[in-house]
Amino acid sequence: MPLSRDEVRHVAMLARLGLEPGDEEFYAEQLSGILGHIDRLQQLDTADIPPTAQVVEIASRLRDDEPRPSLSQEEALANAPAAVDGFFRVPAIQEEA
Amino acid sequence: MTSDDLTRLTIKDASRLLRLGSISAGDLVTAHMDRIERLDPKVKAYLRFTPELWEKQAEEADRRIREGNAPPLAGIPVAIKDVLCVRGVETTAGSQILRGFKPPYTATAVQRLFDAGAVMVGVTNCDEFAMGSSTENSGYFPTHNPWDLDRVPGGSSGGSAAAVASGQAIFSLGTDTGGSIRQPAALCGVVGMKPTYGRVSRYGLIAFASSLDQIGPFARSVDDAAVVLSLMSGLDPLDATSSERPGMEVLNNHGGGVRGMRLGLPREYHEVEGIEPRVKAAIDAALLVLQREGAEIVDVSLPHTDYGLAAYYIIAPAECSSNLARFDGVRYGLSAKDAPNITDEYMETRRKGFGTEVRRRVMLGTYALSSGYYDAYYLKAQKVRTLIKRDFDEAFKKCDAIVSATSPTVAFPIGSKTQDPLSMYLCDVLTLGGNLAGLPGISVPCGTSDGLPVGLQVLAPQWGENVALRVARAYEEASEMKALVADVV
Repeated sequence: MPLSRDEVRHVAMLARLGLEPGDEEFYAEQLSGILGHIDRLQQLDTADIPPTAQVVEIASRLRDDEPRPSLSQEEALANAPAAVDGFFRVPAIQEEA
Repeated sequence: MTSDDLTRLTIKDASRLLRLGSISAGDLVTAHMDRIERLDPKVKAYLRFTPELWEKQAEEADRRIREGNAPPLAGIPVAIKDVLCVRGVETTAGSQILRGFKPPYTATAVQRLFDAGAVMVGVTNCDEFAMGSSTENSGYFPTHNPWDLDRVPGGSSGGSAAAVASGQAIFSLGTDTGGSIRQPAALCGVVGMKPTYGRVSRYGLIAFASSLDQIGPFARSVDDAAVVLSLMSGLDPLDATSSERPGMEVLNNHGGGVRGMRLGLPREYHEVEGIEPRVKAAIDAALLVLQREGAEIVDVSLPHTDYGLAAYYIIAPAECSSNLARFDGVRYGLSAKDAPNITDEYMETRRKGFGTEVRRRVMLGTYALSSGYYDAYYLKAQKVRTLIKRDFDEAFKKCDAIVSATSPTVAFPIGSKTQDPLSMYLCDVLTLGGNLAGLPGISVPCGTSDGLPVGLQVLAPQWGENVALRVARAYEEASEMKALVADVV
């Protein structure tokens, strides 16, 4: 199924991926080519086939919910591009009332 | 023995010399640094070096060897792929978006090698976020194949494979999501192994596709790969998918030979579209060697092989689009922090930080998971994954292990596949089935064609690493087709 330029723009927005000039055509063409190959999956009748999400049989393992040592606030913030007062700083997400 | 000869040793031989006192861990790491200084400007296997680690670790190894209580990898130089976190060492997944990131913790697999005495030389180049088959998608620079510098080393773990193949590390770590250890091992002429999903903890691995990723070794002999794998394996409370099985079981009778074993040759693999005649000829010759050693070659079929690539290129991008959502410029790495609002900050950060292949896969995965397409793509691919796993289950009723080429081609010229993503994806057509089915697989050198290495792949049932190792080791011993170290000219 070919992908339109509008769909590329929509998907890029969903993925929060900024586009460069020319990207819409470039990715529309490339993704359409890949999806063209992927379309062969539709040839298979999978109505009675269960999906596989986890390929080895490992039972879910739960641990006791007990506090244990973790990163300090300082370590957690060490790589932050912008930190203030022990928090990650981001642009305001609400207008001031 | 000259200093340069020290860079051609296996773990086994280097350990013997260290324990005899003929060489020190300091000598070994110095010999490697000398060779790296001469060769790496051409090969470009490394992104960065870790002198602060190797000095301390070599000193510690020498002390423990003198005291007579050296751990198994004491003093052995190792290179680590840029997707495995090492505390305090810049780790970037080959991406500009993580430039400068210094993890506050160390991956379990790496920590276990450090505990076993290994000496870290540096961080190796790879395709960005391990997405690629040539290391050309690195956000820094491409790595060159030590056997022919105009060709790719394979990928995504191309730096790790090239480092071992050019005498710049005795062993290294890579990761394999669709073939990213086995394919570069084949193209560089070294041994590379992907374990069963769950064998090695993924804690501290920067995730690409979590249901497929596994960490594994590159080495110069099957025994070396087996030892490294056994040391990294086993339960880790920090990875809920890690298995309780003891790591040492990968060594069970792995030297037992192939007499009486049945080895399945899938016709869909041996006749795969695009397989080079010279690769096929090398595999046929390898099968004769295994027959001479007493193995029986049986025909098996993997009827859904033609659908593997399609299923993989839904599942892997879908998982990657979710995993890579965390790179938003807020907590680490590159940030468009002066953007006017949070959405622009995210979009600008990711526009600047991600390369073409990563953007392609994030969009493909986002599309496959988006409203209205989930059933047609993602769910369908997961069902086809079941069919592919069943193919292997059926095949393993007729044989103990499956043998094939690792890659349909030898190393290809740099730049020859970058314009056509599908042609690049086809590099993994013989390896990605092993990831979809969670199987262990190994690639061993099986000769060269015009000086370019060919790899023989052995796949075994889940948790059957020892079976795959047994076949690979029997072949290595009988053929005397050892991994060689390239001179690099």
